Amino acid sequence: MLPEAPFLLEVRDLAVARGGLPVLQGVNFTLAPGEVMVLRGPNGAGKTTLLRTIAGLQPALGGEITTDPETIAYGAHADGLKATLTVQENLRFWAGIYGTGEIETALDLFNLQDLRDRAAQNLSAGQKRRLGLARLLVTGRNLWALDEPTVSLDTASVALFAQAVRTHCAEGGAALIATHIDLGLEARLFDITPHRATFAQGDAFGDEFDDDNDGAFL
Amino acid sequence: MIRLFLRDMTLAVRAGGGFGLGLAFFLIVTVLVPFGVGPQSETLRIIAPGVLWVGALLACLLSLDRIFQLDFEDGSLDLLATAPIPLEGVVLVKTAAHWVTTGLPLTLAAPVLGVLLNLAPQGYFWVVITLALGTPALSMIGAFGAALTVGLKRGGLLVSLLVLPLYMPTLIFGAETVRRGALGLETATPLMLMAGITLGAMALLPFAAAAALRINLR
Repeated sequence: MLPEAPFLLEVRDLAVARGGLPVLQGVNFTLAPGEVMVLRGPNGAGKTTLLRTIAGLQPALGGEITTDPETIAYGAHADGLKATLTVQENLRFWAGIYGTGEIETALDLFNLQDLRDRAAQNLSAGQKRRLGLARLLVTGRNLWALDEPTVSLDTASVALFAQAVRTHCAEGGAALIATHIDLGLEARLFDITPHRATFAQGDAFGDEFDDDNDGAFL
Repeated sequence: MIRLFLRDMTLAVRAGGGFGLGLAFFLIVTVLVPFGVGPQSETLRIIAPGVLWVGALLACLLSLDRIFQLDFEDGSLDLLATAPIPLEGVVLVKTAAHWVTTGLPLTLAAPVLGVLLNLAPQGYFWVVITLALGTPALSMIGAFGAALTVGLKRGGLLVSLLVLPLYMPTLIFGAETVRRGALGLETATPLMLMAGITLGAMALLPFAAAAALRINLR
């Protein structure tokens, strides 16, 4: 591998599928260190599928993803928290898995110090989310692929998150974020709507899905 | 990997973790059988090896769907799949944790419960040996079944159906070793066959289970 790769992530002519149906095609973009890219698109357009494909959780239908899988930290809708473990134990576990071991910065940045000995099951939805985002910091990875990271966060917490992303990028990291709200970050927008996979003749996507499924069972 | 093992152990021991579920079930079976069979101690002596083994096997089956299901539901499995640990390692570690929380207590409890079944004095040694060698195979095969059904809600029934036939050889050779041991006969052949199944399962099934998990995570 090259020591100074110009891009953390390069996506060329990527096509992704969900449940066997193509959702996106011809996706091209690059992400350099220090950059934030925001994915936009209506519900069901394929943002999650695209992120999961880039994170390596599912194979691409076509095209190329050039990246080092060891640099990606994936943040999904679910935070991967264990209800009976405390905030501290949850974070320490992930820090151990990624071999970093340091959790204090993450606790500070997401304002979790006061909650550190509380079991995750007693946290509010927003506090859980903050803990899930703090996990990204303890992974020590460069490229964050985040799926709706601000769900159930209040304004102050969104600001904390934006600050964390800014710091992360200033240190040479990059972030790929699927979101609907304005994070107040300097970010490139990438609208995936034009890349939705097209069927033979179709404009209304939802109807096409139903028709196709019916056809499959006839 | 040690982190993951310790986490799984902590989770099992904390409230709602299901530790002791298998053990309690084993206890119930072995306590109830003498009542059901009646007071003929000779009959009990003959069926004791089989009852102990069937009880241990069913107790093992009871907790199988927990191996991956909980991690799948809270998103940890996605995150573990993108973590620096190979998924095969995750499978092996989770299997080990399952064995320590179910197979090991069963092995240790079996000689005590053997008294209730009027097991022949020479049999105690063999019950412990066979369960110690055989229950790892039960956990490993069970982890494979759990990996196959991880995406399904309430997949417990399907796991049982998938896994039971694969448990047969271990059960046959395990119970046969104890029966022979209790009668003072030579035990090497069934014992070696059972140990062979355990080793084969531990060598091959982590790869099969990891492959099944990858497909189910798509």
